[in-house]
Amino acid sequence: MAYDIQTWVSVAAFSAGGITMGFGAIGAAIGEGYTAASANEAIGRNPEQSGDIFKSMLVGQAIAESAAIFALVIAMMLLFTNFTSHILMIPVLLSAGLCMGLGAIGAGVGAGYPAAAACRGMARQPSMSGRLTTNMLIGSAVCQTPAIFALVVSFILMFTDFSSSPVSPTWAAILGAGISSGFGAIGSGLGGGMVAEASCDGIARQPLTVTSVTNVMLLGQAVTQTTAIYALLVSFILMFKSFPATDLLAPPMALLAAGLCMGIGAIGPAIGEGFAGRSAVDGIARNEKHIADLTRLMLVGQAVAESTGIYSLVIALILIFVI
Amino acid sequence: MAIEGADLIRASAYLGAGLAMGLGAIGPGVGEGMAAAKACEAIGKNPKEAGLLTRTMLVGQAVSESTGIYSLVIALLLLFVV
Repeated sequence: MAYDIQTWVSVAAFSAGGITMGFGAIGAAIGEGYTAASANEAIGRNPEQSGDIFKSMLVGQAIAESAAIFALVIAMMLLFTNFTSHILMIPVLLSAGLCMGLGAIGAGVGAGYPAAAACRGMARQPSMSGRLTTNMLIGSAVCQTPAIFALVVSFILMFTDFSSSPVSPTWAAILGAGISSGFGAIGSGLGGGMVAEASCDGIARQPLTVTSVTNVMLLGQAVTQTTAIYALLVSFILMFKSFPATDLLAPPMALLAAGLCMGIGAIGPAIGEGFAGRSAVDGIARNEKHIADLTRLMLVGQAVAESTGIYSLVIALILIFVI
Repeated sequence: MAIEGADLIRASAYLGAGLAMGLGAIGPGVGEGMAAAKACEAIGKNPKEAGLLTRTMLVGQAVSESTGIYSLVIALLLLFVV
């Protein structure tokens, strides 16, 4: 019994919808749970501040939720859009779903960290609650960027007309693009969150260090985002480069491998850079005098951790352009 | 379309190269980050030893980098030699 292409496109759309929302729900729920746990702890320590702490818990959770809402939007679009019945729509829909589903994990967990630290900080240092909220919002916003990259890639995939491209190897380029940005977003979201958590904790401990702590936090977070940007770059190349038609299996497999390589390879360095940034920010908050030494050491350590991400980028580019 | 043996081998070599470098990049990245984190903590406690700590951190990171370089070598071998 043979099914027509329209049937397979629907199969892909509905499976992708499930994948998107299933993966997309993981991160936000963990992050928000962590925030709520810290808020309870903080109210237990300082019940008089419960109003402020409760408010900042809700604001922080709302930001962590946004990654899951992106996944919900993509899932809804996959379920209720009438897609053209072209064979390339099958990889397009699966790829868009995987991209946004995986891409929402890191940002959801990561954005929960600074919100939790802000709640703890308000119990400890009520006078700083305004500044803590600002710092939490900046930190969480940076954690959301990789989820936004994944959203952009999903939208581009769904609304680009691939019908004039050769089926092979374009199917693999499409899948690779989604996988690259999806996996690549996990590490950067988590790493950025760790740095932001340390800065909120630090401001609450030593309110006078607020300017240096926020500055170094932004620097550390920026470095953690680099691997997500490499993954986005590889996705764009895979989506917009035109590849010659082929009957062989090897060329499409090289493009799929490029996406896998850059996506998975971006996870580790970003998490490692997050560890380094967290400790550096923490040290600066304890003793601002060491800011020069700590910033330098943080950047050197992060640069070394970045190296494997760059190897992955090199291998991905070789797979796309040289092979 | 029938897939020939040589084509299948090339395809698996490419896929293997991508997986080798992608998965192989996770461990060194996380490990080197932990080393840098502890070095930052130690400098925060004892800034006079910054030079010694930086050197120790870099040596430790270089050792944990080795598995990343093995992955890179294997990936390049799969792409260009095998």
